[in-house]
Amino acid sequence: MIRIGLIVNPIAGMGGRVGLKGTDGVVERARELGATPVAADRAERALVRLERDLVSQQHKVRFELVAAAGEMGGDLALGRGFSIDVLPGGDGSTTAADTRAAAAELARREVELIFFAGGDGTARDIYEVVCDRLPILGIPTGVKMHSAVFATSPENAGEVAAAFVLAGASAPLREAEVVDVDEDAAREGRIETRLYGAALVPEDRLRMQAAKARSGPTDEAALDAVCRSLAGEMDPRRVYVLGPGTTTRRVLAHLGLPKTLLGIDAVHGGRLVGADLGERELLELIDGQAATLVVGVVGGQGALLGRGNQQLSPTVLRRIGLENVEVVAGLGKLLGLDPPWLRVDTGDPELDSELTGYRRVHVAPRRDVVFKVAA
Amino acid sequence: MRRYHAAVWDEPLVMEMGRPGRRGIVFDEVEPEVRDAVGDPAELVPAGLRRTEPPELPELSEPEVLRHYLHLSQETLGMMGISLFGTCTMKYNPRLAWELVARPEVAELHPDQDDETLQGVLELVHGLDLILRALSGMDQFVFQPGGGAHAAYTNAVLTRAYHASRGELAQRDEIVTTIQAHPCNPATAAAAGFKIVTLPLEENGYPSLEALEAAVSERTAALMVGNPDDMGIYNPEIDRWVEVVHDAGGLCFYDHANFNGVMGKLKARDLGFDACMYMLHKTFGAPKAGGGPAVGAYGCTAELARFLPSPVVAREGGGYRLDRDRPDSIGKVREFFGNVPQLVYAYTWSRAMGAAGIDEASDISVLLNNYMEKRLLEIRGVTKSQPHLTAPRLEMTRYSLGQLEEDTGITVVDVQNRMVDFGIDAFWLSHEPWLVPQPFTPEAGEMWSKEDVDEWIDVLAHVVEEAYSDPELVRTAPHNQAIRQLDGRNLDDPSTWATTWRAYKRKRPVPVEGDGDATEDWAKVAT
Amino acid sequence: MKAHPYMPNSTEEQHRELLDAIGAPDVESLFVQIPPEHRLQGELDLPPALTSEPALRRHLLDLLGRNETCERNLSFLGGGIWQHHVPAIVDEIARRSEFLTPVWGTPSSDHGRNQAWFEFASQLGELVGMEFVGLPVYSWGCAEGHAIRMAARLTERSHVLVPRRIGQERLAVIRTYCGAAELPGHIEVELVEHDAVTGGLDLDDLRAKLSSRTAAVLFENPGYLGMFETTAAEIAALARAAGAETIVGVDPISLGIVAPPSEYGADIVVGSVQPLGVHMSCGGGAGGFIATRDEERYAHEYPTLNLSIAETVAGEHGFGIALFHQTSYGLREEGNDWTGNSVYLHAVANAAYMALLGPEGFAEVGRLIVGRSHYAARRLAELDGVRVLFPDGFFKELVVCFDDAGATVADVNAGLREQGIFGGSDLSRDFPELGQSALYCVTEVHTREDIDRLVGVVSDVLA
Repeated sequence: MIRIGLIVNPIAGMGGRVGLKGTDGVVERARELGATPVAADRAERALVRLERDLVSQQHKVRFELVAAAGEMGGDLALGRGFSIDVLPGGDGSTTAADTRAAAAELARREVELIFFAGGDGTARDIYEVVCDRLPILGIPTGVKMHSAVFATSPENAGEVAAAFVLAGASAPLREAEVVDVDEDAAREGRIETRLYGAALVPEDRLRMQAAKARSGPTDEAALDAVCRSLAGEMDPRRVYVLGPGTTTRRVLAHLGLPKTLLGIDAVHGGRLVGADLGERELLELIDGQAATLVVGVVGGQGALLGRGNQQLSPTVLRRIGLENVEVVAGLGKLLGLDPPWLRVDTGDPELDSELTGYRRVHVAPRRDVVFKVAA
Repeated sequence: MRRYHAAVWDEPLVMEMGRPGRRGIVFDEVEPEVRDAVGDPAELVPAGLRRTEPPELPELSEPEVLRHYLHLSQETLGMMGISLFGTCTMKYNPRLAWELVARPEVAELHPDQDDETLQGVLELVHGLDLILRALSGMDQFVFQPGGGAHAAYTNAVLTRAYHASRGELAQRDEIVTTIQAHPCNPATAAAAGFKIVTLPLEENGYPSLEALEAAVSERTAALMVGNPDDMGIYNPEIDRWVEVVHDAGGLCFYDHANFNGVMGKLKARDLGFDACMYMLHKTFGAPKAGGGPAVGAYGCTAELARFLPSPVVAREGGGYRLDRDRPDSIGKVREFFGNVPQLVYAYTWSRAMGAAGIDEASDISVLLNNYMEKRLLEIRGVTKSQPHLTAPRLEMTRYSLGQLEEDTGITVVDVQNRMVDFGIDAFWLSHEPWLVPQPFTPEAGEMWSKEDVDEWIDVLAHVVEEAYSDPELVRTAPHNQAIRQLDGRNLDDPSTWATTWRAYKRKRPVPVEGDGDATEDWAKVAT
Repeated sequence: MKAHPYMPNSTEEQHRELLDAIGAPDVESLFVQIPPEHRLQGELDLPPALTSEPALRRHLLDLLGRNETCERNLSFLGGGIWQHHVPAIVDEIARRSEFLTPVWGTPSSDHGRNQAWFEFASQLGELVGMEFVGLPVYSWGCAEGHAIRMAARLTERSHVLVPRRIGQERLAVIRTYCGAAELPGHIEVELVEHDAVTGGLDLDDLRAKLSSRTAAVLFENPGYLGMFETTAAEIAALARAAGAETIVGVDPISLGIVAPPSEYGADIVVGSVQPLGVHMSCGGGAGGFIATRDEERYAHEYPTLNLSIAETVAGEHGFGIALFHQTSYGLREEGNDWTGNSVYLHAVANAAYMALLGPEGFAEVGRLIVGRSHYAARRLAELDGVRVLFPDGFFKELVVCFDDAGATVADVNAGLREQGIFGGSDLSRDFPELGQSALYCVTEVHTREDIDRLVGVVSDVLA
């Protein structure tokens, strides 16, 4: 028996059509502006496809959908051509806390995948409960969908979920960044992207979006290969400082070393010499040493250096030297950036202006993209 | 809508056909004199190398083989319908050339014949060379590359030779290209050993000059780029690009795959390029034939000509010869000197068109594309790439069905599968990477009438309407084709893929009576 | 102005109609993206148009009529392109407009062509004894180049051993494909000597040059000079022991009577598709193939398009591209080498050809060729001053040496041509150790009378 959990955030996506940057904390405002719910419709499209794919297979698939109560899934699930179980509850409340509670209950019931309709906020709520203990899969619904956990359309979400069920225990999974912007900041016109972690998602090279762009099949393999070559070409005499994110984690993985996902780590002579480092520790580590900074591109906003990694202060960056900054990113992630440039916001306008212009980004072994950097 | 249904022959695989002992062709008996002189011919093969088990080939009579392959031809749509396949500069293939290349004066020539016996071919090749020189401003063309990608590879190899001759190859190991260049440019450059530096598009629809300036250095070996790109956008700074790359010491290669928009309108050499490439299949009237035989005609300046692959056709006195004595040549990228039948097509097409015809073909293809664009953008769910750029596109425009997918879940692949139900073969989507969601790239060219183009658009509009009103009909298409929709899920699975019948038989064993239902499906297919 | 027959919209009225529909004043206004200074100055300097089909036909017939053909003459040229019989129906099939015009449709609309391609791969797989066959590449030499690159990726080594007496055209292609020493990915090509008596590979030299650096050992069976490689199994065993791949080039028309290379240890089989129903066309008939065992490690290194049989939703057989993502279309520069147009129409001709011959046809044509070529060898060797350097153990090509007659190949060929005979390719430049020798090719198109005529004229020329 394969069991999939379903959570629908019924207010997800409401903000977009009325010009809000999201619906987190401003549902009433969205309703006042005339926003209508879209999540239920999109979730239903996904479920129709899921049902059809499972039925059309004529495999005797033992499958059950465990849905959150009421508007959060149960209402939509009932009447489908497969076994349904609905969580208790359903007092009509649909807050972030309800999403988290439903995710916790689904995890407790040992579902094998959480299938959800929502945006980055919903993904983050669920991820913060289940972490990487359980794969998740997003039906694209929200206003912000910079996390790499969503399928490209509701129908494709249904197909990926069906493929997951049919593959059973052998379904391939991959890591996907969960990012979100600070919505209060965004409404004030500032864009700040934060990486919240790396969720597990079903791997599907065509139907899943890697951040916003369709990355094609290349990102995973190419990124892994370039991280391997970066790891292999490290000069044992230099200190390598690695920024946050899954990309730099791949580099260290090729050295057999762990990496703090959200923090800054350092390697010297093939050994980990510091994890989750602050500014002062970094300055001490690179004092008198030739150093290289390896950074990925975090989230859908193209944040390169700045708020997400403030430990990399202007002093640290100047000490390392701007010519010693190596940027690594998947091609799909780069091409999905809108607007198409990387952002720096180090807090030091002079440094920012030195960093702007064009910079090479390593996207595969022996392959760079020359990408615009803006402050 | 036109009523259409593809031929459905349920044609078995040829390996399943026939009866033991049937023959499709018989050869002469070994003459008694031969047998007397050499004995049993079978014993002339060294003992350890003789075949012991005959190959498991079908045994068929001549009419059976003919009808089988005629059935297969009828189960192939090709340009029997309307095919507006973009990024390829598709053209009409003059059947005059088709007639001529079958004649022994082309078909029954050996490339090692004495030059004196090949004067007709050599003159034709030289004549074609002169035509391409006139169109490009280059000084010498060769026809050895077996396709456009192969010409790009030739360019990468020539780039190696050029920098090696200056002692700079080890240092100049980077080739700069753009994200919209055909994938064969970076792929062949990488295969030739170069590192690839790619420039993404910026707000103007093409990469910025500043990005190029940041990309070039003393490591730059060459720029490989097309113009206009597959979105129909022309880079107006291309001459400045060439200067920037030349100043850095690199060579510049113009991939003319998208020639129709600029054919007869500009010359690669005038823009400063050192070399260029034309696809003689497609662009110059030789058939695409599902993928060749093809020719990537590669031309370059006099300065680079000494590196060209060998041989080249040279005019000498009143005649022509193959010049094989070329000490600086890169050698060869393929045996012999080109796919001569395709050269006959290209020469025939070029002569039939003449300068005015070529210029007009370019006019018509741009005109028709803009007409198409106007009509296509009136269809719900169709948007245009880079919509903020308002200048008319050249011979093609890239569109997106992202809105349609978002609204209905119907993808470009679904739409392709449905359009073939109306006799319209698949449109081109986009090379990797996709820069717009659900892309498609039609190209009208000059060979299709306005009525053809209108019909094509009408079919697309009809399918889009179906996508909104009855998406299941589109998603499960085709319904009027030789076969139904392919289930492609097993194509990348080593336990199920099968490129040969013998692999298929091994992987899909015929089920034993009463075996499980999974194998019953295979049995249906195998019988 | 007359409308051009290739362009339905080439009337003034049509131009106007289209311009009006889009609201453009003139065609020129559609080219505003191109800066004026980029535009062509002056007229295109092209020869005058021959829009009249009769005039163009006359011109082309006149031009092509200056060729001397292997049909009107008696040709013994081979060495990479060979004169074989092309059955009449193969021509009809390969010239069908449906096969000539497709670009890249759907698995349904391309179904017939795809099936023909699958039948090409399947039948070729039977001949060479391999289960995985890619769609064809440009030529035999290109197939060898790709196969060597596959082997280098598989073994992560960068040295390949190639027979010294390989065709120089193919060797030049291999050298190009193996890259430049200054750049990464370069593969060193080292040549292996031949046994002076048998003409086969010198195993001692092979052993001396084979090492843990070696990615592949390549040999051909029959080799460029026509000889069977009688020590094929030993060569493959040596390569395997060194951890190298064995690449074997074959002439597929020989495989009705010659063992498939899979039986003597080949890992990657390559060869030409031209003998299988493709006209010579002055070299335009060239085409190559790559085949291996159906193992993932090989499959993942193919640079070709690979067509797999699959099922439709209705359970019919259909075909789709397997492993598309590893081609350069799917992966741009991270793909295996590159993929593009090739010689796929030849695959259709090949499929029909192999289906016509069947197992008995291949055996029959093989016996006929090997019998007649040896007959030619026996007869030529009877002439004073003529030696056949390797008088036994070859397939369709033989090395004929005129040293003892004191004649050059050029002289002999000039004399033969006066009598309507194209003599064999001159080997004296590429293989000076063979003296004034020529490579003669005898196939099923050469009757006993043809050979006797050759012998008579050679005798006259040398006299």
